[in-house]
Amino acid sequence: MIKQLKASILIFVILFVIVGFLYPLLITVIGNVFFPWQANGSIIYKGNEPIGSELIGQPFSNPGLFWSRPSSTAEFPYNALDSGGSNLGPTNKMLIDRVENRIKILRNSGITGSIPSELVLGSGSNLDPDINLESALVQIPRISKVTHIPENVLRNLVFEHLNGRTFGFMGARVINVLELNLALMNLEKVYGR
Amino acid sequence: MTNGLSNISIALDLLEFGIFFVILTLIVKPVGKYIAAVYTGKRTFLSPLISPVEKWIYRLTGIDANQEMNWKEYTLSMLLFNFIGFIALFLILIFQGSLPLNPEHFKGFSLSLAFNTAISFITNTNWQAYSGESMASYFTQMAGFAVQNFLSAATGMAILMALIRGISRKNTKAIGNFWSDITKGTLYILLPLSIIAAVFFVSQGVIQNFNSYKTIDFLQPIVTQSGTVTHQILPMGPVASQEAIKLLGTNGGGFFGANSAHPYENPNPLTNFIEAFLIILIPASLTYTFGKMVGDTRQGWAIYIVMLSILIIFLGVQYYSQIRGDPLITNMGVSGPYMEGMESRFGVGGTVLFSTVTTGVACGAVNASMDSLTPIGGMSSMLLILLSEVAFGGIGSGLYTMLAFVIIAVFIAGLMIGRTPEYMGKKIEVKEMWMAVITALTSGIVILIFTSIALVTKSGTSAILNPGAHGLSEILYAFASTANNNGSAFAGLSANTLFYNLTTGFAMLIGRYIPAIAILVMSGSLAEKKYTPPNAGTLPTHKPAFMVWLFAIVIIVGALTFFAALAMGPVVENLIMWGGI
Repeated sequence: MIKQLKASILIFVILFVIVGFLYPLLITVIGNVFFPWQANGSIIYKGNEPIGSELIGQPFSNPGLFWSRPSSTAEFPYNALDSGGSNLGPTNKMLIDRVENRIKILRNSGITGSIPSELVLGSGSNLDPDINLESALVQIPRISKVTHIPENVLRNLVFEHLNGRTFGFMGARVINVLELNLALMNLEKVYGR
Repeated sequence: MTNGLSNISIALDLLEFGIFFVILTLIVKPVGKYIAAVYTGKRTFLSPLISPVEKWIYRLTGIDANQEMNWKEYTLSMLLFNFIGFIALFLILIFQGSLPLNPEHFKGFSLSLAFNTAISFITNTNWQAYSGESMASYFTQMAGFAVQNFLSAATGMAILMALIRGISRKNTKAIGNFWSDITKGTLYILLPLSIIAAVFFVSQGVIQNFNSYKTIDFLQPIVTQSGTVTHQILPMGPVASQEAIKLLGTNGGGFFGANSAHPYENPNPLTNFIEAFLIILIPASLTYTFGKMVGDTRQGWAIYIVMLSILIIFLGVQYYSQIRGDPLITNMGVSGPYMEGMESRFGVGGTVLFSTVTTGVACGAVNASMDSLTPIGGMSSMLLILLSEVAFGGIGSGLYTMLAFVIIAVFIAGLMIGRTPEYMGKKIEVKEMWMAVITALTSGIVILIFTSIALVTKSGTSAILNPGAHGLSEILYAFASTANNNGSAFAGLSANTLFYNLTTGFAMLIGRYIPAIAILVMSGSLAEKKYTPPNAGTLPTHKPAFMVWLFAIVIIVGALTFFAALAMGPVVENLIMWGGI
């Protein structure tokens, strides 16, 4: 028993050092030498100012910008210190009420046809940086009206930013909302207001 | 339903599933062979690099790795080693506030949460009643959680190796050396694979740093009820190194609350595919290792086919249910796939693939909010857990649990055809049957008892988020997940309470160690038996007939145990959702 206890402690301490310190340090060094941008959060800069992470979504309510998926993180939407889904089940009244509210806002913004699900349903992280194609297209008339950028120009912009399935079959076709909006703001400069 | 996914999307999703399982089937043999070589002490291509380290460890600790143990010594070593791990992690959690690498100055965990979390990580469960980005320091994550991610996985594999030796050896008490098994599993298998996976993850955008959290101004400030918000704070940390072992070791504990739904843990469809693959890689390959080590690879393939069949059936059920979606939502004029709790970039296919694999394999990492799955979709994942985690189950534990079902299947078949039951030349007698039954039924008993207690106490039901039938599912899922050491959750349940920290804590302890000890007892007993060569009356355990039989045994045991509970939870909710009762 004493012999085994001693062995337990010694083996634990050695493996603790190897997998608990040497291993993460090794990965940190390799990561920061070869992939420093990715290892530090895929931050997009405008000049010297960080304006967001390519991977972490941001909320938009300006009618002249593309809106992200709804987010129900604590205190404010896209609060990155509170990742995680709403956890509301499919028959929960709270979910139905939330969706109803979101539909109302979208209807007020001028959408008349059916509403793409991703604009009314929250994501698993509630930090989703993307929306699908339908969710972007349906917002074009509103944005065009506010920014006076022609709809076909906006359509082209959306398709330029559409990421297809990886290798043609993995995941889904999505658009990064932050990048799309940055490109849109550049266009606005061209078209003026 | 016309509003769901287009036919092209469905076809591509099915293609994603198909390619996943074809690659898996192709890789099981080389990886399984490598693992067998490691545990039988053969030279591998990594030996020149790792063998000196291994020998140095034995010298430093004074362990004689060639000195084999009987089942009692092996069990004692395993329990002591896990106990040391528990103490170390418990202390780290309690004293987190005074330890280094804590840029956000997180306080120590409460006693009940530290108890629950430490058990969770030593038992390979990774049930998380805490949220990573707002409660755990970098030190806790890497020196606390990640260490146990390696060691609990190595423990699972070690127990399996002991059982395999018991089956393949004869007239001996020796079932291997636990210290050597732990060291080998960590150094030769988990660590090299983790290094490769972690570097790949960083290249894809999984973060790996020790920076303090980053403040980022929103492109557009937003107005909320409590005022204007101008920025968000991005959590940082050594995520990639932890991500790799979280999946490879079937642990599942996310660095962040959102787990593999978080873009910093799982940034794109490719990482999603690879993550699901890493979860299943070792548990699936171990079936080949088993066949190789008992000298008949057909036995391993037979088990692989049964496990794969179970997994694919539930994959189909969940996918079908998810693409049918939620009629309550579509009836409001909403089109497109049902995406509540799911990430756009993974789509329905990538989400369902991950959710099925992570629950069939006792990993418990999630890339979506399980609570928001459709009732039948959620039930499908829950059933994979409730079947005692055998498709493919946790690393090591999945296969040893399946072997207990094999023993039961052989025994019942033996009774029916009037022959002495034998498996791999070993007579199956009372002791083996007892241990097999204990292994197969412990989790079920724990789940039903704890769920019942929770349902009739205020502290149990007040933690429910979703009312009605779905609330029952939340509680049932919590105990299913903990007793089977999965760790995923219907996370609406507020689990960080004294009641749930204690009950799920004990569910994890019992669900891990009772079967583990039973397996080691069985291993000792089998090793001592003499070998009986197969004769005309021996039931061939590698033929399709036996595979079907084994499949039926697993399904019948699971279905009979949980039919009533499932009928009152997800089945009722599904009827309400579609029929409006």
